[in-house]
Amino acid sequence: MEPTTAPAKPQFSEAAKAEIARICKQYPEERRKSALLPVLHIAQAEFGGWVSPEVQDLVAEVLGLAPIEVYEVSTFYTMFNLKPVGKHVLEICRTGPCMLRGSDELTAHLERITGAKVGGAPSEDGLFTLKEVECLAACGFAPIVQVREKYYEQLDTQEAVDAMLLELRNQVHRPALPWEENGLPNALANN
Amino acid sequence: MGRKLLTEHINVEGIETLEVYRKHGGYRSVEKAIKTMTPDEVVEEVKKSGLRGRGGAGFPTGMKWSFLAKPEGVPRYLVCNADESEPGTFKDRQLMSKLPHLLIEGMITSSYALGANTSYIYIRGELLYVLRILEKAIAEAYAAGYLGKNILGSGYDLDLYVHPGGGAYICGEETALLESLEGKRGNPRNKPPFPAVQGLYARPTVVNNVESIAAVPVIVNEGGEEYAKIGVGRSTGTKLISACGHLNKPGIYEIELGLPVEEFIYSDEYCGGIWKGRELKAVVAGGSSVPILPKELILKTAAGENRLMTYESLSDGGFVTGTMLGSGGFIAMDETTCIVRNTWNFSRFYHHESCGQCSPCREGTGWLEKVLHRLEYGHGRMEDIDLLVSVAKQIEGNTICPLGEAAAWPVAAAVRHFREEFEWHVTNAKDAVQPGAVFPGKAVLV
Repeated sequence: MEPTTAPAKPQFSEAAKAEIARICKQYPEERRKSALLPVLHIAQAEFGGWVSPEVQDLVAEVLGLAPIEVYEVSTFYTMFNLKPVGKHVLEICRTGPCMLRGSDELTAHLERITGAKVGGAPSEDGLFTLKEVECLAACGFAPIVQVREKYYEQLDTQEAVDAMLLELRNQVHRPALPWEENGLPNALANN
Repeated sequence: MGRKLLTEHINVEGIETLEVYRKHGGYRSVEKAIKTMTPDEVVEEVKKSGLRGRGGAGFPTGMKWSFLAKPEGVPRYLVCNADESEPGTFKDRQLMSKLPHLLIEGMITSSYALGANTSYIYIRGELLYVLRILEKAIAEAYAAGYLGKNILGSGYDLDLYVHPGGGAYICGEETALLESLEGKRGNPRNKPPFPAVQGLYARPTVVNNVESIAAVPVIVNEGGEEYAKIGVGRSTGTKLISACGHLNKPGIYEIELGLPVEEFIYSDEYCGGIWKGRELKAVVAGGSSVPILPKELILKTAAGENRLMTYESLSDGGFVTGTMLGSGGFIAMDETTCIVRNTWNFSRFYHHESCGQCSPCREGTGWLEKVLHRLEYGHGRMEDIDLLVSVAKQIEGNTICPLGEAAAWPVAAAVRHFREEFEWHVTNAKDAVQPGAVFPGKAVLV
């Protein structure tokens, strides 16, 4: 039998570690669990847009929690992706006010041109995952798609949708976050 | 033209910076409160203002503040509810992203009034980009001495933090929000104990909506009585209305409470009428959970009086012929809108967002969605319509938190006012399932 090697354990970058330390200070010492949601957001940004069981275990370790405390939270909140995703996750609002202004048509259009299916695997080129979400609190600018920290609004024309997709296709790496002052950590720029 | 108490400077270039915000009178309420008023005097002004919670419930803010328990030596907290996620509502996002310092100023003045030394803004996770804006502004406020130790030399200390959620409508319910802030699933808590006694970390806590807190600076600056002069009766001050759906000019409008609904919809100063030259069919006036009203009942009460944008006028007639101001999420639907489809969409939302703790809500929202789905897709039966009403009734009042009511009310109201349209989906299923099918009849006025 071939000797098996365990897959490398995920590690936070130095920039992320510093950000986690800053966040933990916002809560009383004995209430570190409060940092769980913000740290899960950091983890998702660090490790390719989703939180694998290994990444969730790392979050538990960093915050001194039992792994189950992380799992029960990551499965409750809809923003955390529990399966691998494409490079860009398009979160399409499907709730009433967006539906009134054409979100059903937008979803069908995005499925056609990206080749991905809502709730399904990423597009074949690995670029796009489509996800339907509930109200994004931007109803006056419907229909809306969120990609990471950016809202694309009034996507009711072909031009607006094309402009969004072009912008995303041209992104070599995801945009750096404020705590990544010196750009993406090297390890991240590769994923 | 109504007065703009919150948004007067919202389009000023650079208003998101402390420097420009101060040039336009920013942070005066902090100076005034901390240097010249006792905390109780600030609470008193808020009471006098008649300000009512702007998140949806409309509970008097000053009264909520006065319930806060103040045991010696126990820290207490102010938590701002920025988990805006009621469908149709998008005012807080606009306010925070364009005027971050207004919320921060309100948080400082309010925290001083309540004696809180640590305060949190709980913002929905989808708005991480707004969290970045707020954190930048908070850093400016620290540097200017409005936050941190010994604010303005007064001996009063305050730390302010922004905390992101993770995508869950239920966390807008205040006890679910506190659970979430503690790093747990957003399951609402049983009450009592109320947050005023045992809130965040089991400490006394006040939870207020963004817009409520943003109204505190003007109340402190001008005095509660001046604020109360605006509006009608117990609906004082101004309100941000999020206008969306089939309007010519959707967007955020700050109105003086008391504005006629008809003027709000049709005047060019506000929404500019219904898009594409169409007729208005129905309005959901206060976020998706309030009862839908047909055109005739949103413009005039059952007694034939002009309907006004106030808590009282919108709820005139109770749920038989009225609705609620709620969060001010104003969703207009034109004559081509399918009420069954829209109701199904909202039910799917509530089913998706139910935390699953109470069976009437967990199971009931699922049934509402399922039955509405089969009506919309041509498999409905006539008895389904009463089944919807029956399920809604069994959810209402039987759950820990108001998500149950929020799910039940829109369905009950849609059947109440648009029963013929539901029946048409059964009798004319083949026509009704065609894309873009429009019910040929009129709404039924109870």
